[in-house]
Amino acid sequence: MQTAPTPTVTLTKELTAKIDQVLKSHNQDPTQLLGILLDVQDCIEQNYVPEAAAFYIAEKLPVKLSVIYDCLTFYSSLSDQPRAKYPIQICNSIVCHVNDAASVATAFQEILGIEIGETTYDGKFTLESVPCFGACDQAPAVRIKGKVYGHLDTREKIQQLIAQLI
Amino acid sequence: MKHEVPFITRNFGQYDTNSIDSYINIGGFSALKKALTMEGEDIAARIAAVKVKGRGGAAYDMGRKWSQARAVKGEHKVVVCNADEGEPCTFKDRELIAQDPFNLLEGMLIGGWTVQAQDGYIYMREEYRHLRPLLLNAIQQAEQKGFLGKNILGTDFEFHIHLYSGAGAYVCGEGTALIHSIEGKAGRPRMKPPFIKVSGLFSLPTCVNNVESFSIVPHLLLDEQGEYAGYGSGESIGTKLVSVGGNVVRPGVFEIPFGTSVRDIIYDLAGGLPPGRSLRLIQFGGASGKISDARILDTPYGYDELKAAGVSVGSGAILVLDDGTSVLDFLRTTQAFFCHESCGQCTPCREGNLHIRLFLNKLARGEATGADIAAMKKIADIMSISSLCGLGETAQSALLSAMRIFPETFAVGGTV
Repeated sequence: MQTAPTPTVTLTKELTAKIDQVLKSHNQDPTQLLGILLDVQDCIEQNYVPEAAAFYIAEKLPVKLSVIYDCLTFYSSLSDQPRAKYPIQICNSIVCHVNDAASVATAFQEILGIEIGETTYDGKFTLESVPCFGACDQAPAVRIKGKVYGHLDTREKIQQLIAQLI
Repeated sequence: MKHEVPFITRNFGQYDTNSIDSYINIGGFSALKKALTMEGEDIAARIAAVKVKGRGGAAYDMGRKWSQARAVKGEHKVVVCNADEGEPCTFKDRELIAQDPFNLLEGMLIGGWTVQAQDGYIYMREEYRHLRPLLLNAIQQAEQKGFLGKNILGTDFEFHIHLYSGAGAYVCGEGTALIHSIEGKAGRPRMKPPFIKVSGLFSLPTCVNNVESFSIVPHLLLDEQGEYAGYGSGESIGTKLVSVGGNVVRPGVFEIPFGTSVRDIIYDLAGGLPPGRSLRLIQFGGASGKISDARILDTPYGYDELKAAGVSVGSGAILVLDDGTSVLDFLRTTQAFFCHESCGQCTPCREGNLHIRLFLNKLARGEATGADIAAMKKIADIMSISSLCGLGETAQSALLSAMRIFPETFAVGGTV
């Protein structure tokens, strides 16, 4: 598995300010934990919630650290482990499956030189296999940082997509 | 009858979804105005009269649900809009939110008025995050114009709507799991009783409805001519949004009158199968739905009709598979989904899903025995009656119906 070494994310003033802004935008409401964690995840280049951030949120919201980690590990859209700058989420459910999602996965793997579950050495792309995200009318589809790219029925389209992101 | 009807979807493309003034311009909020002059009982009765059933999948009588919710005593009551739409091949709620967000708010407002709730919560799946700004904007504009907040339209009705996000969990479409998720926790279902209508979100009396269910209400209240009642028959009156996907030329969301044949939906509205392909199977209602084959094509799309044919409406999803995919491949893909989505609390679902996946793998390798097939059926039956929640109960719908419709898939060594 070729993964770039990831520096530990520390609680810089800049990051703290970003987290404070997220908490404020959710009215410091502990029930909004999922939305808060998702927004904090978006602030981190490796698209996860680092330990330092989790501890900070626990203290500031406040909410129990165990609840934060329960959520981080229970919900598929949240990660407590570093991912890539662009997690490429390939749908593995039935509609994309019967619309040849297998070829989409193969194309990404061949072009990026990594397998599903791996990250490119520059830390830019991870290939993730995910369940249906409701873009079935555009099958086969992938989702990258919340944006859906559908109708990926040719290799050219996939090459263009990657080129856009680089 | 192979046409679409714009009743629930009548506002699609008719106004700027970012502008409340634009919505008001086409008559937006007149249903709310009317509702505020009516008794909640009468609103519930109007819905019950046309037999609207919940559009999330459980198909509970909506008018009765609102009537019951109204009857629950409580100083503080809430309504919840289930916008988790997690069933594969279901994307109709996505369109209702994207193309008619103000109508959804209006439906929730009328719901709040009817059941006497003060707060409404929209729980929208994380995968529809791109629609958050649209909804937040709609809520904010509604507040600015006095359609949300205190003294709505000069009455003593107070109602607030809050938007919550999911974080990637199909099980959060289940009512109790959804509630736990809004409460800021992992979305694990719980036992019932207590029933949500008595003790739900924040332990308050809670009424949960699907996006489409709320979306119907404003149009129904303004339907003076009884147009809605003119469609369908029997238990299935009016129109339904279906989302057709899979191996069809024109996948999409279609609003159809109940009674439209399955054939017309697939071959006319969705353009039929790709050239040179033949039909393998159709799954109704999402991954948790039962399957059928070509024998169901001339069945009218309706609750009782589909039930008699061995399937159900469910989420309104219609998944069409051509001969490019085997039944076993379909079952294994479906099984992988449920293995991923099981919350893991209860043994029937956690272990049952795991072992059925192992059995299906054995079947794929040609190593399954008659005892394996019998065990698989037994586990599937046990899951359907003893799981903690609907996920475990319905995870094996496809498998059990496949055992009836495609017994050859399970033939091992010449015997089933």
